[in-house]
Amino acid sequence: MALKASDLKVGDTYSERLVEDLKRTQIVMYAGASGDYNPVHTDELFTKKVAGYPSVFAHGMLTMGMTGGMLTNYVGDGRLTKYGVRFTNQVWPGDDLDSTATVKELRQEGDDMFVDLDVVTTNQDGAVVLSGYASARIDG
Amino acid sequence: MAVDKFPIEASHIMMFARSVGDSNPIYYDADYAEKTEPGAIIAPPTFAQSSAQFDPDYFLRPHPDKDWFGSGKNPSGLKPKKEEESSGGGGGGGGGLHAEQHFEYHRHISPGDVLTATNLPGKTWEKEGKRSGKLIFNETVTEYRDQNGELVITARGVGVRTERPVDQ
Repeated sequence: MALKASDLKVGDTYSERLVEDLKRTQIVMYAGASGDYNPVHTDELFTKKVAGYPSVFAHGMLTMGMTGGMLTNYVGDGRLTKYGVRFTNQVWPGDDLDSTATVKELRQEGDDMFVDLDVVTTNQDGAVVLSGYASARIDG
Repeated sequence: MAVDKFPIEASHIMMFARSVGDSNPIYYDADYAEKTEPGAIIAPPTFAQSSAQFDPDYFLRPHPDKDWFGSGKNPSGLKPKKEEESSGGGGGGGGGLHAEQHFEYHRHISPGDVLTATNLPGKTWEKEGKRSGKLIFNETVTEYRDQNGELVITARGVGVRTERPVDQ
């Protein structure tokens, strides 16, 4: 279901819990589907002994992918026109992630209406793990 | 990443959506998808990243005829290489991490599309980081075009190599 410009105002928010107690198996699934087999995401021995991190950690793109699910649930299927993020903290097995989209601007381009969103995903300690933006075409 | 042929396939989309925990039926149920606004199964927003599967030489996938830097008998199959290209497609064994990723969607892709991915030169810059020493950023812009040569997705990735592991 697409968003309607007349139902939206600047400052509106939409939030979802993305994951509770992130499992290593989900990180393995992401490695397999995306093709990014960097051992820092799935290989505890390598990651501790060679890479120097306390455990494996999620692909930034897994967090971006989960956050993308929140966005498409909000704006509707096939409506995103832009989506970009910075990865600001690593995501670890066991993390709980929550994500919020905030309406920043409603604008018209030709006959089409768009919403610009700020996007933030945080972990259970309130640390921002991903921050970015998205734009979507909405109904007038 | 540069890829000559990235065929968009329904089961790949299904597996990718599962891996990001997205149970939206538009990613696996063609009958459902037909009744939605897009009118067909489409790919989730970050799916283009999985073009790595179709890069025959992708350096973050083990190759049968090459050493692999992940663990086997020992913590690493080799000494991690510092100079591996960090293309925004993720990190590298030598301290590479993914710093940013951006997508512009000109059209949403569906099973049956066959894309090509072409890399354009991006910027490189350095910064001093508090938690990880000197940071070297490396940007890659990738244009995904469909079977008709139309631009469907523009992606911009930024990889970063850190001097040492990020302090926790």
